[in-house]
Amino acid sequence: MGDRLEICQTSGDRFEICPRNEEAILKTAAGRLINKVEALGTTTRGWIETVGRGSIFFFQGLLQLLVLPVQFSKILEHTWFIGMKSMMVIVLTGIFTGMVLGLQGYYTLVRFGSEGMLGSAVALTLIRELGPVLTAIMVAARAGSAMAAEIGVMRISEQIDALETMDVNPVRYLFAPRIVAGVISFPLLTALFDVIGIFGGYLTGSLLLGINPGIYLYRVRDSVIMADVTGGFIKSLVFSLVVTTVCCSRGYFTHLHTTGGFGAKGVSHSTTTAVVNSCVLILVFDYIITYLLL
Amino acid sequence: MTQPFIEFKNVRKSFDSNPVMQGVDLLIYKGEITVVIGKSGCGKSVLLKHIIGLETQDSGVISIAGQDLANMDREARKRFKQKTSYMFQNNALFDSLNVFDNIALPLAEGSSLSKKEIRDRVFMRMEQLEILGIEGRYSTQLSGGMRKRVALARALVTDPDLVLFDEPTTGLDPVRKNAVHSMIKEYQERFGFTAVVVSHEIPEIFEIAQRVAMLDKGRILFQGNPEEIQGSTIDQVRSFINGRE
Repeated sequence: MGDRLEICQTSGDRFEICPRNEEAILKTAAGRLINKVEALGTTTRGWIETVGRGSIFFFQGLLQLLVLPVQFSKILEHTWFIGMKSMMVIVLTGIFTGMVLGLQGYYTLVRFGSEGMLGSAVALTLIRELGPVLTAIMVAARAGSAMAAEIGVMRISEQIDALETMDVNPVRYLFAPRIVAGVISFPLLTALFDVIGIFGGYLTGSLLLGINPGIYLYRVRDSVIMADVTGGFIKSLVFSLVVTTVCCSRGYFTHLHTTGGFGAKGVSHSTTTAVVNSCVLILVFDYIITYLLL
Repeated sequence: MTQPFIEFKNVRKSFDSNPVMQGVDLLIYKGEITVVIGKSGCGKSVLLKHIIGLETQDSGVISIAGQDLANMDREARKRFKQKTSYMFQNNALFDSLNVFDNIALPLAEGSSLSKKEIRDRVFMRMEQLEILGIEGRYSTQLSGGMRKRVALARALVTDPDLVLFDEPTTGLDPVRKNAVHSMIKEYQERFGFTAVVVSHEIPEIFEIAQRVAMLDKGRILFQGNPEEIQGSTIDQVRSFINGRE
């Protein structure tokens, strides 16, 4: 009989639905609901595991920073890669962001006869929000993806296992120098983005749309206070930790994230996920920090 | 009776619900080349990874010089690891580092030697393995045979007491296979390390082995010297070494 379920006595006073009925149960509406709940549970558990692994990885990395000797040459190498090699993309993004802000800001402010405030609008928007956020997103896309891919390839080709067999701590070797490099690079790149962006606003505002250059620069200097700069600086520091941790941990644990595939496909999935997760977390942390700073 | 250097006692390991080792008992003696043979996927590499600590057993005891590996204190484990090298099946060379940095890595990261001492030791090993002149090249620019030699140089640069070889001749032609076997034999005799070699190369591997162990269905089916295994009356052993199902 298909509709009736049989109960089996398993041991002592324990009763369970007979195993032969399980298939029939799964075909019922209740069974389909159980399947969905089970899938949701599996996904949630996966997320919790990923967050837990990432958090432990982050604290292990911080702990390894306290172990001597300091890895100067590796820190320099990664600072060069994350910072120096990202400069061009930051300059380009910064100048066009500033120019667009100048353009949009001008046509909005001119309706209220306040186009003279363009310098304030551009500078505050960049220093408080767009500078740290866009810098972090651009660096995540350029350097973060490379970190995830490089470490992911090292994982699948047993290079990380090789480090362990040589008694070299892989977290110290691969992750710790990147944390320091990120902490050095992100604030400097953000500062560069801000300055270039303000210059971009000046190009459209003053040179194209005719705002007095003196007024533009006076408004920039007048409206920006130290708290704005400090806020942007704090954000860039937090974003550096987010990007390096997310990207390095996704690469490092590539072999555990099998849903995206194995081998090269797994590395590609890890890289994509690293960048997407970094970008989402940058925006989440941006909101939290802004809320705390205001 | 001689005390074994490494001893597996009823070691069990499963991955999810798939049992790989189901009560492995194995003895490895100091200063000998022990070869572990068995069908593909029978868990030979997993066995090797248990010795170096890349895998941990579910139950059973692995002892190193009489000390339980699982209960070894941190310092003792560190000392053991520093005196052990592992040569991976696919070499596991760092493709972003050149040959010199690859070979120097275990010394640069795990010792307090000066840069000059590291350089001298790396070049000495490179000379012994006849790979001088390629120190600036990357692993992707080398032939399969050269990569094996670089991997061997990296494994030997720390003067290890124990070297674990995971299918060292995979992907090599017969000439190079014999060259790698001779290399292992020659360097083992010269440096006196203990070697554990996982291999499929039968009967060639018997020429370098002092002991052979056959792993089948998660258990050591046979262990003894090469002559003994070749005269074994166990059906599975005979079938395997004669290349029959």
